[in-house]
Amino acid sequence: MKVRVVYLLIILLVTVPTAFPLLAAGEKAEGDKSPDAKEEFDASTFIIEHVTDSHEWHLWTKKDGSHVAVYLPVILYDRSSGFHFFSSRNLAHGHSHDGFAVAHEGENEGRIVKVDAEGHEVETALPLDFSITKTVFGMLVAAVIFAWLMLSLAHSYKKAGISAPKGLMGFLEPIILFIRDDVAIPNIGEKKYQRFMPYLLTAFFFILINNLLGLIPIFPFGANVTGNISVTFVLATFTFLITQFSANKTHWRHVFAAPGVPLWLLPVMIPIELIGLISKPFALMIRLFANITAGHIIVLSLVTLIFIFDTIAVAPVSIGFVLFMDCIELLVAFLQAYVFTLLSALFIGMATHEEEHH
Amino acid sequence: MLLSTSLASPAIGTIFWTTFIFLLLLVLLRRYAWGPIMKAIKAREDMIRNALESAERAREEMKVLQSDNEAILLKAREERDKILRDARHAHDRMMAEAKEKSQAEADAMVKRAKELIEREKITAITEVKQEVARLAIEVASKVVSQTLKSDAEQQKLIGRYINEIEAKSN
Repeated sequence: MKVRVVYLLIILLVTVPTAFPLLAAGEKAEGDKSPDAKEEFDASTFIIEHVTDSHEWHLWTKKDGSHVAVYLPVILYDRSSGFHFFSSRNLAHGHSHDGFAVAHEGENEGRIVKVDAEGHEVETALPLDFSITKTVFGMLVAAVIFAWLMLSLAHSYKKAGISAPKGLMGFLEPIILFIRDDVAIPNIGEKKYQRFMPYLLTAFFFILINNLLGLIPIFPFGANVTGNISVTFVLATFTFLITQFSANKTHWRHVFAAPGVPLWLLPVMIPIELIGLISKPFALMIRLFANITAGHIIVLSLVTLIFIFDTIAVAPVSIGFVLFMDCIELLVAFLQAYVFTLLSALFIGMATHEEEHH
Repeated sequence: MLLSTSLASPAIGTIFWTTFIFLLLLVLLRRYAWGPIMKAIKAREDMIRNALESAERAREEMKVLQSDNEAILLKAREERDKILRDARHAHDRMMAEAKEKSQAEADAMVKRAKELIEREKITAITEVKQEVARLAIEVASKVVSQTLKSDAEQQKLIGRYINEIEAKSN
């Protein structure tokens, strides 16, 4: 919780003084777009572009204004024309391809929409976008590293037989044991914890690895995966489904007929209980998303200070703060993975808890 | 501006891919990583627990064995003491017996010697008596042959002499 306080302070310290010049910069940029004029730096756009998902992985902009980017595949499903598969290079810089383009304004900003010949958005249902976006690509990289790490760990266990842990084992085994002994067993119980260990371990390491890779600002890392609401939504949904499908009679009785509650109160209580069921994973989703995104925004804000003040003299200050923030982010990476796993285990434990015989 | 549309609204594609990747990881790792890893860790923990338990058992056994040893040693020591005591007793007894026996033998020998001496003495006395009697008779006959005047008186005198000699010798 202390971390949150530190966060808040830093967010206030960083964002409040910088917000005013940012707004001013935004207004100016809209009015004057001539290439000769020195373009005002729009920090908020810069930051949002970095923490949101995109179809290309922007690396850097050359002096002549052209972009160096990794163009990821776009996969679209349109109800009328079926699947479309093409490179996001075709959509770069506002171009349209096959009647699709990235919307730059309106409610669908940032999404791929259908456009007419003149490039205007067509008012139809959005095509379903299954593209390998920056987030998905970053997640794939993390998944490959994760799978490789754990499979080689399993291999070394097989090879070593029963021996003292060494190398990779020595590093990962304490974490696995921590999940088992301090997360799963105390919350779920000695009898049932084994069934949920694969999920808890997978969720923990998935979040942890994605958190950690998100801190590395070099391609192919640095994608804001666990700070993406869709990703945290899926993870929270997994916890929700596992919780509900493993729930026992006691759990459902507490939801639909809480013992000791008078009958006339049930119409009030049941909706409250149902909201309670949903709000738990909802909190999981928001917590992870907000923590990781906030961290990225802070680091990016600190970096943009250099460009806002437009002087290299700010760089040492920024770098110092970024280093400090990265240390906190490292802690947060572990902390949030732990919190997510702990709460998942707690919810599962609550749902599978045997009724106590008084 | 800061709360841009796409930041906080889920995208179907990302949801699909996340579900796909996560499920794939879950299934793959459950089968090929978590299973073997947890099993290996469990096996090692069991082994360590067993080793500790058997060490504890061995220590208990050692303790029992040690106390057994001590008991045996104590018993042996007692036995040794007993044997020594017995030996000393036997020795003493034998010594006493031997002494007694030799004493008895010596006594018997002295007794026998005394008897022998007695017998010899009696024999000697008898011999002396006979010799005295013979001498007396010889003397008497000589006396008789020379001065046998009153027979009765002479006989009486001889008898008296003999008796006196007899009484003296006794």
